[in-house]
Amino acid sequence: MVACRAIGILSRFSAIRILRSRGYICRNFTGSSALLTRTHINYGVKGDVAVVRINSPNSKVNTLSKELHSEFTEVMNEIWASDQIRSAVLISSKPGCFIAGADINMLSACKTLQEVTQLSQEAQKILEKLEKSPKPVVAAINGSCLGGGLELAISCQYRIATKDRKTVLGVPEVLLGALPGAGGTQRLPKMVGVPAALDMMLTGRNIRADRAKKMGLVDQLVEPLGPGLKPPEERTMEYLEEVAITFAKGLADKKISPKRDKGLVEKLTAYAMTIPFVRQQVYKKVEEEVRKKTKGLYPAPLKIIDFSHISFLSIDHSSLLPFWTMYKFGELVMTKESKALMGLYHGQVLCKKNKFGAPQKDVKHLAILGAGLMGAGIAQVSVDKGLKTILKDATLTGLDRGQQQVFKGLNDKVKKKALTSFERDSIFSNLTGQLDYQGFEKADMVIEAVFEDLSLKHRVLKEVEAVIPDHCIFASNTSALPISEIAAVSKRPEKVIGMHYFSPVDKMQLLEIITTEKTSRDTSASAVAVGLKQGKVIIVVKDGPGFYTTRCLAPMMSEVIRILQEGVDPKKLDSLTTSFGFPVGAATLVDEVGVDVAKHVAEDLGKVFGERFGGGNPELLTQMVSKGFLGRKSGKGFYIYQEGVKRKDLNSDMDSILASLKLPPKSEVSSDEDIQFRLVTRFVNEAVMCLQEGILATPAEGDIGAVFGLGFPPCLGGPFRFVDLYGAQKIVDRLKKYEAAYGKQFTPCQLLADHANSPNKKFYQ
Amino acid sequence: MTTILAYPFKNLPTTSKWALRFAVQTKTKKTLAKPNIRNVVVVDGVRTPFLLSGTSYKDLMPHDLARAALTGLLHRTSVPKEVVDYIIFGTVIQEVKTSNVAREAALGAGFSDKTPAHTVTMACISANQAMTTGVGLIASGQCDVIVAGGVELMSDVPIRHSRKMRKLMLDLNKAKSMGQRLSLISKFRLNFLAPELPAVAEFSTSETMGHSADRLAAAFAVSRLEQDEYALRSHSLAKKAQDEGLLSDIVPFRVPGKDTVTKDNGIRPSSLEQMAKLKPAFIKPYGTVTAANSSFLTDGASAMLIMAEEKALAMGYKPKAYLRDFMYVSQDPKDQLLLGPTYATPKVLEKAGLTMNDIDAFEFHEAFSGQILANFKAMDSDWFAENYMGRKTKVGLPPLEKFNNWGGSLSLGHPFGATGCRLVMAAANRLRKEGGQYGLVAACAAGGQGHAMIVEAYPK
Repeated sequence: MVACRAIGILSRFSAIRILRSRGYICRNFTGSSALLTRTHINYGVKGDVAVVRINSPNSKVNTLSKELHSEFTEVMNEIWASDQIRSAVLISSKPGCFIAGADINMLSACKTLQEVTQLSQEAQKILEKLEKSPKPVVAAINGSCLGGGLELAISCQYRIATKDRKTVLGVPEVLLGALPGAGGTQRLPKMVGVPAALDMMLTGRNIRADRAKKMGLVDQLVEPLGPGLKPPEERTMEYLEEVAITFAKGLADKKISPKRDKGLVEKLTAYAMTIPFVRQQVYKKVEEEVRKKTKGLYPAPLKIIDFSHISFLSIDHSSLLPFWTMYKFGELVMTKESKALMGLYHGQVLCKKNKFGAPQKDVKHLAILGAGLMGAGIAQVSVDKGLKTILKDATLTGLDRGQQQVFKGLNDKVKKKALTSFERDSIFSNLTGQLDYQGFEKADMVIEAVFEDLSLKHRVLKEVEAVIPDHCIFASNTSALPISEIAAVSKRPEKVIGMHYFSPVDKMQLLEIITTEKTSRDTSASAVAVGLKQGKVIIVVKDGPGFYTTRCLAPMMSEVIRILQEGVDPKKLDSLTTSFGFPVGAATLVDEVGVDVAKHVAEDLGKVFGERFGGGNPELLTQMVSKGFLGRKSGKGFYIYQEGVKRKDLNSDMDSILASLKLPPKSEVSSDEDIQFRLVTRFVNEAVMCLQEGILATPAEGDIGAVFGLGFPPCLGGPFRFVDLYGAQKIVDRLKKYEAAYGKQFTPCQLLADHANSPNKKFYQ
Repeated sequence: MTTILAYPFKNLPTTSKWALRFAVQTKTKKTLAKPNIRNVVVVDGVRTPFLLSGTSYKDLMPHDLARAALTGLLHRTSVPKEVVDYIIFGTVIQEVKTSNVAREAALGAGFSDKTPAHTVTMACISANQAMTTGVGLIASGQCDVIVAGGVELMSDVPIRHSRKMRKLMLDLNKAKSMGQRLSLISKFRLNFLAPELPAVAEFSTSETMGHSADRLAAAFAVSRLEQDEYALRSHSLAKKAQDEGLLSDIVPFRVPGKDTVTKDNGIRPSSLEQMAKLKPAFIKPYGTVTAANSSFLTDGASAMLIMAEEKALAMGYKPKAYLRDFMYVSQDPKDQLLLGPTYATPKVLEKAGLTMNDIDAFEFHEAFSGQILANFKAMDSDWFAENYMGRKTKVGLPPLEKFNNWGGSLSLGHPFGATGCRLVMAAANRLRKEGGQYGLVAACAAGGQGHAMIVEAYPK
């Protein structure tokens, strides 16, 4: 209890300090020491333990900014100089976040290599000092501890983390096209072993606290507490601090050893890695694997491997190595790939906000019509967020299949230990499967995911409107049917909206929300709120044929057909597209989407947009559908799919179809590169046209939609970022070249031409 | 500890104006008898000595222990066995051979084979459930005479084959031909032999109770020292009660093939220094719950004769106490697993129309020192009452001088299924001995459930 009180005083003291530090005038008058000017970091002393609290002002998360760095250095120097202090605890004042990483705005703001290198250098210096600290420092981690935050934590002598779901550790730099720039490439392998460190650095994956404990990334876990005399989060933070203080004292008194007992396997691996031959083989294998996966399009992973490997040879940290890392870190951050990935990060942050504000009524009861792949997928991502969900289908077999899909999705999480079986059961109880409209009178939102047929959609809309309450929103999950046409039969078109999910719903992050002229702002706010709750990244677009995503994809698909007709092997086409950075090959993509769906879309949009969407002969798809080659779902498409067989063989029955529709290739535009650019430029041109026509509100949403929904190469950052980085002029030149060969389908749109004409014009300023 | 001792003064008669004006003994209500509802009385209750598991009872089966309690009750009360209408027992970890342990024990104890019996389970409040089931049967006029009790034998728990092994064995049972048998046997893997142990863990959260108690203590900032002090108090008071012969509900048990057991063997008053040496048992290495400040695994059984008042008087009995209002509560099994008493106490008091000051004897189940102290802090917190209990003000602390004066589960032991009856008998016997009128019994249980009941002394 005494401890409690002392901490209370401490925190009050620091609060005063923050208050005072904000008054600039006061500071000038009193002319007090730098101690009072700190805004990011403050510390108090409890017994002989300094408790250093990190708290970036006006932000939900702590990020490693320049100010934070300099204040941290100052504070640590004071601690090292003080005679009273024997150890320190490093903790955040924000629940849910230790340090979320480097300030990305700060990195993106860097114009020159020198600036970035300097940032990295400063970080390395203080971390090196921290690592060699004569007074033990304990990092007390609650919430996200990422990137530079983790590099800071592993420079400390001891780490204690809360076993909270929010507590995750990781080095996600690779996802931004960079590498851990503050010594992580050297310290991580030493701490958790080479295989685990490489895995962390190359995938950027988040590691939960209990796993981190097993790996040796943290030394102790603290269980989150329930309610006591204070709110649970507050008390958990206090408790974490109390525990950390006892460990800091123990370390200072040498009662606790910061060294961890390694398991036998770990010792053996560590030993094996000291043998140069084994090590080289391991690194060679990893590098091969990475090259295969990234197609050499991403420079960062390869650099990470290099550094982790080189750090093995260096005996001394103070050698040249850290400087080299800094330099390379700087170089990487300045690459196009990194700029593209950081752009995506910013876009994603933007698309995780509800620009319509809070809806008047929270959606608590959701009803989904159609228990197919999409319907069940939507149900799955809804029930696990606590939405009471009705899943309605017309037939019992359809309903059974859908419910089974939801259960399987949840059960897979149990197998991966992300859920307990008890949580699965209680989540699953949020789902009601039924064949009738019982309970719809309580629904706040109905999402229909029935077959893509306008008259069917009209029928269910009318049926549903007869049973739902006045405030209930009707959302249509369609990939191409214009929402205004669906809403035409509605009694209340202001409550009708489009919510275009992507399959598989539980894996694809994107949700495209489509508003019509009549859709009310509150309806939009509700739809976005539900989507955000479901964990989606959301773009909001205007209604129109194919909206944004389907519309961009269609011309590219048409080009795919033409390329196939010109005699390019589907396998070759797949490898051309994947080596450009698409995660899925173009022919495989058609199979995955479903040939019948592709045909539907091609016909519908072809009718509206006419020649611009031409190119390939839709007859190819028609013939495939008539032969039952619907893609993966029917077992045959361009490829043959067999349950449990990973290898994909070409469907030889396609040969006759392709032969009958064969087109002579035009040699001047049929090089590998030309084929890649024919596909990409049509995509990009259509995307820019969507912005020009106002379907898209911002280029950022266009990039997010293309990358997260359609698999546009992330290393290019999306169609708009691509135009900016690659150069509008070069793209227009390409388009003109293809236009000469094929005609109107390649005519650059006005906005793109404008950008080409004035080189200063950029989608991202 | 000092803080806890100081609390009762703060919280003296604020609720009852009468109490302020007159002597503290003045009750809000003279009796809790209700018009048109039969009064239910406890004629008497007994228990076997509670022993650390793995000691003298280790070769017994649960129904043996239960039988000992039942024969002890027959002997103590001399009740003619044919008047007993129904027998109810509570138990937690069931021996699969005697899943209705109440019936097996009753048959062996010489009760009439015409007396039906059933077994209930509600974790640590199983015996409470047995008693209140009996109260319900009497109050509704279905029965006049009930035997309620509970039993737990932690010395032997069912350890099962793994699910895979069980499946294999069951399939083998059904296999008809040699070929089928061989093909099944070929599926056998060595890991099938890994046994499945029963754990004192929540099924819903997979958290052991000790772990949850440690977190609860931390949530309420209960220190290790406070916990050790409380445990020491429990052991010291139990030792005193044992030495003074106050634990009169114990009936000696002649263990077959062994000596007669006459007293509880878990009472071990130690010193704070000794206790401080122990390492945390659950949250290692920095937790605060240790073996010394937790209740231990215990074997024991209890039984109690409950009757309608008029029946008891007609049979010439002098009952010990009335069983009055009771209340079951439940809450979050993860973070509030052991807070049952905090939730149940104000509800049962309000239901009975009493206040904390009316209670002369508190008998709370002590699962862990940390649990009791966390409940105290919760009951003493306005913040907790407002935010989690939907009350405007705090529940208030039970005065420590009236609290578990003869020891508790920490020192006497805690056979899960049997503790409820011990609590009620302790309250009843204390009221008789110390001269109070109302006793409050409260307990927490796995699953985040809780129970509280008012015991009213029978006028002498």
